[in-house]
Amino acid sequence: MTQRVHEQNIGRLHGRRVCVVDGARTPFLKVRGRPSPFRASDLALAAGRALLNRVGLAPDSVDQVVLGCVSSGPDEANIARVVALRLGCGEQVPAWTVQRNCASGMQALESAALDIAGGRSHLVLAGGTEAMSHHPVMLNELMTAWLGTWNQAATIGARGRALLQLRPAHFRLVVALLRGLTDPVVGLSMGQTAEELAERFRITRADMDAYALRSHQRLGQAVDQDGLEEIEPLYDGDGNVYAYDDGLRPDSSIEALGRLRPVFDRPVGRVTAGNSAQVSDGAAMLLLASEEAVERLDLPVLGRIVDSQWAGLDPAQMGLGPVHAMAPIMQRHGFDSDDIDVWEINEAFAAQVLACTSAWTSTDYCRDSLQRDQAFAPIRDDRLNIDGGGISLGHPVGASGARITLHALKAMRREGWRRGIASLCIGGGQGGALLLERDLTGDLA
Amino acid sequence: MNPHFSISRDTDDIAWLQVDKADSTANVLTTELLEEFDQRLVQIAQMHPKGLVIISGKASGFIAGADVKAFAEVPGVASAEQHIRRVHEILHRLESMAFPTVAAIHGFCLGGGLELALACDYRVGVDDTATRLGFPEVRLGIFPGYGGTVRSTRLLGDLAALQLMLGGRTVSARQARRMGLVDLAVPQRQLRAAAAGMIRRNTRPRRASWVRRLPSLAMLRPLVCRVLASQVEKRVNRAHYPAPFELLEHWRATAGDASAMYASEARNVARLINATAAQNLIRVFLLQDRLKAEGNKADFQPRQVHVIGGGVMGGDIAAWCALRGLRVTLQDRAPEYLSRAVQRAHQLFRHKLKDPYAVQAAIDRLMPDHRGSGVRNADVVVEAIYEDIDAKQALYAQIEPQMKEDALLASNTSSIPLAQLGSKLARPGRLVGLHFFNPVAKMPLLEVVHDTHTEAAMVSRAAAFARHIDKLPLKVRSSPGFLVNRVLMPYLLEAVELLDEGIPATAIDRAAVAFGMPMGPIELADTVGLDICLSVADKMAGALHNPVPDQLRTLVDQGHLGRKSSQGFYAWKDGKAVKPAPAGEPPAQDPDISDRLILRLINESVACLREGVVGDEDLLDAGVIFGTGFAPFRGGPMHYVHSRGSAEVRQRLDELEDRFGQHFHADPGWGAIA
Repeated sequence: MTQRVHEQNIGRLHGRRVCVVDGARTPFLKVRGRPSPFRASDLALAAGRALLNRVGLAPDSVDQVVLGCVSSGPDEANIARVVALRLGCGEQVPAWTVQRNCASGMQALESAALDIAGGRSHLVLAGGTEAMSHHPVMLNELMTAWLGTWNQAATIGARGRALLQLRPAHFRLVVALLRGLTDPVVGLSMGQTAEELAERFRITRADMDAYALRSHQRLGQAVDQDGLEEIEPLYDGDGNVYAYDDGLRPDSSIEALGRLRPVFDRPVGRVTAGNSAQVSDGAAMLLLASEEAVERLDLPVLGRIVDSQWAGLDPAQMGLGPVHAMAPIMQRHGFDSDDIDVWEINEAFAAQVLACTSAWTSTDYCRDSLQRDQAFAPIRDDRLNIDGGGISLGHPVGASGARITLHALKAMRREGWRRGIASLCIGGGQGGALLLERDLTGDLA
Repeated sequence: MNPHFSISRDTDDIAWLQVDKADSTANVLTTELLEEFDQRLVQIAQMHPKGLVIISGKASGFIAGADVKAFAEVPGVASAEQHIRRVHEILHRLESMAFPTVAAIHGFCLGGGLELALACDYRVGVDDTATRLGFPEVRLGIFPGYGGTVRSTRLLGDLAALQLMLGGRTVSARQARRMGLVDLAVPQRQLRAAAAGMIRRNTRPRRASWVRRLPSLAMLRPLVCRVLASQVEKRVNRAHYPAPFELLEHWRATAGDASAMYASEARNVARLINATAAQNLIRVFLLQDRLKAEGNKADFQPRQVHVIGGGVMGGDIAAWCALRGLRVTLQDRAPEYLSRAVQRAHQLFRHKLKDPYAVQAAIDRLMPDHRGSGVRNADVVVEAIYEDIDAKQALYAQIEPQMKEDALLASNTSSIPLAQLGSKLARPGRLVGLHFFNPVAKMPLLEVVHDTHTEAAMVSRAAAFARHIDKLPLKVRSSPGFLVNRVLMPYLLEAVELLDEGIPATAIDRAAVAFGMPMGPIELADTVGLDICLSVADKMAGALHNPVPDQLRTLVDQGHLGRKSSQGFYAWKDGKAVKPAPAGEPPAQDPDISDRLILRLINESVACLREGVVGDEDLLDAGVIFGTGFAPFRGGPMHYVHSRGSAEVRQRLDELEDRFGQHFHADPGWGAIA
């Protein structure tokens, strides 16, 4: 316990300053039942090469590549290395893949930041990618075992006997996507954990739908005002361009959202497909650099990663992860909510974001779960997820952590803000958060 | 004299003969090398090894073939025949060694190189994309003469062997394994082990089964010949390219009797190589080398190319550069304008590369870049937007300050003079023209356009860039139409005049094809696009002596642009011109048609020489052949003039001027033509 308090007091990112040069992401493409034209490595490649091209750096000038991905394809083992080689980073640039479920992209950024802070790297390409439409459909274990028997059956008789053992149960397929979204320890689906929070914090269906509508409206506005300049289009081989997040429904309404049926606690629940994050494909990549590299290569600086925090909690309450990750950062720096100019809290579920903001201002919750004497001041609604989030633009699990970090920085630059937090809840009962800063002096010059 | 071979002997008592031609990057069978080979065989025979492996010391491959350069100096029938008989002797020595022999093949194994390999008991080849085996002889107007017709039919069977030799195409080691041309196709890392293994096993050398030898039965041969000849006739004109037909006749007359076949090979190939067609085709082969030498890859090593303009030309240039291994960014106003180009590029990569990993790598190298960020990173910037001088100059003003100091700025303009284009640049001398031809993936020529202001370093960079993307650079002075369009335009306009006179399009096209052009002028105009023809014709109107025909303008005004709009001079269906079948018997060939077309092209060529658009007659011939497909067996327009007699051609021009008008007026440059 003492050790943990110690860590919470000093944070993890001490050492050299970690700059974010720039970032780019693909549009997030809603999964529509069949594999999209882009594998996870294709997505990361598209974002990564566009980013390097924008910055004007040769791919082989980076020291390493770190990618977060929850589930890459069968041809993408250590997907970071696959992407690094395909980008043209060269054989000598090492690359590794990290996995912390929904925070994999953020984990990649933190891992890169740690290496820069510690002086081990100067220029790191890091981010996250996920092609959820390519998550596999697998044979079950019964069938796998049967195939073993079949392959060993040498005689026609043995093969005949093996065939006779086949039952309908052998043919039940395992959809990896659905299994991945179910907690393997407490047995709740992610949506059910959101239902838990909704009940605990008395969040109504109407609150959730209103939040979901706001997400779509804000994204729609950002698109109209060209506020998402970090998006780089995707091109397939059949003459199609994908330039926007295609899950956006600008014509959504409270009535339409209200008509949707609950999907997780049927028939009585409150969480619907409309007030949950969309299942999507996408990638987001950032270029992180030491101040030395910035100077040497004359690179622009979008902002800095100043601090980071991971936290664990009850898997059934995983949606509150951001509260647990953000609180120690606030504590360390002596901040209250108004010290943060922009908040990106990943929208896994409307219920979950609303539960976080409730817990944040609840004296009881802060005392009982965060060991704080008093609650935080409310997070201003006009500073939280200001351009939409996972509900409107999608949540490709491995990519979202990188996306929200990138977007917080871009929003800070656009608005002339100084400080931001990007945070997300993590399946399995964790939370992660990054503290971001920009030097305002640069803007004045 | 540096040796071309080295011999070593391994612990298994196998002799390894390494072919490594001195002072050369590729092995070619010069007389000197062949004689040394013979001595080495004698030497090895005295060593009494367990076996012999012949392997190349060159990265480029096994043996690229016979020494084509030596064939260019008309050898005379007798000496050619003597040479061939001598090679027969040498390869016979190899074939009759008392121990097993293996050719270990990687890279090119062509023509004479393959014939040498066939004289071994076994062949093993590397299973990769660089390894190609084949008989390209017919492309040079001859057929295999170093025993290839005997040994290939014996090994593969008559039909397979004849088809391989008639087509002139090459096969991979894997395909060669399937047809029996090699015994094993293995990864490079196993080549030596596989060759040694063949000797250890020492099985009976492969021969075609009797079924496959059936066509060589005397009573079947005439029928087989007729069938194969009719297949070849679909591809080539017997009058222009006699070699494949001569090969069939040689086989028909002598198959089944090896010694007669060797003798016939020596006699016929010696005769063919001295004939005009072969001499002209060899000339074209050497002209290709001349153009290759115009650019030196070591001068400039571009890594990234930025192409502006996602239309057909820009998109195809970008795709081609990515295919050839460069990283490419392709810019246009918005992503929508780039999607088609990306699609076409994917098709090209799949078609050319096949191997899915190579296709993926090419796709990854080509990046659509609607923001144009790539300008700053590029070593070469190619502008391929629409032909409007103001638009181009505005674009240059935008990109020049962003470009790297030593980057090359190139325009794909087909008609705007360089001096005008570059007049507003801070550094006008950095602008060159890189005039690609459509379709980019098929046309080997690249006109490198310069004028007196162009920095010499930029011209050599442009030529080096051409070599990096495997195109043939032709340096041309900036003047309307440069070389290729300039000489083509009078030819096309004359065709339109002929149409105006009431001669059917099919008759005009037939006359040109009969001369040896790959496609008639009317069909060509439709293929290029009538709007493009009109625009080039308008820009060149000053230089040409006849006005642009009304019919061309009318069609363009009506939106009939040729193939791309499905209607031009011809109607087009599924990418093919609909040509009405000639009613009744085909009309007799009118010599006027062909001369009117070709002599206008030639007269313009003479004008180009006089104006110094290209350096000399050979470069002009090379440019016109590789830029237009001008009948290769005629050796190029100027070579054709000399073959036919320059005085006669000149006289014919005067006669045509009298009859058809002053656009046939002989160019003053004729005075300098010997």
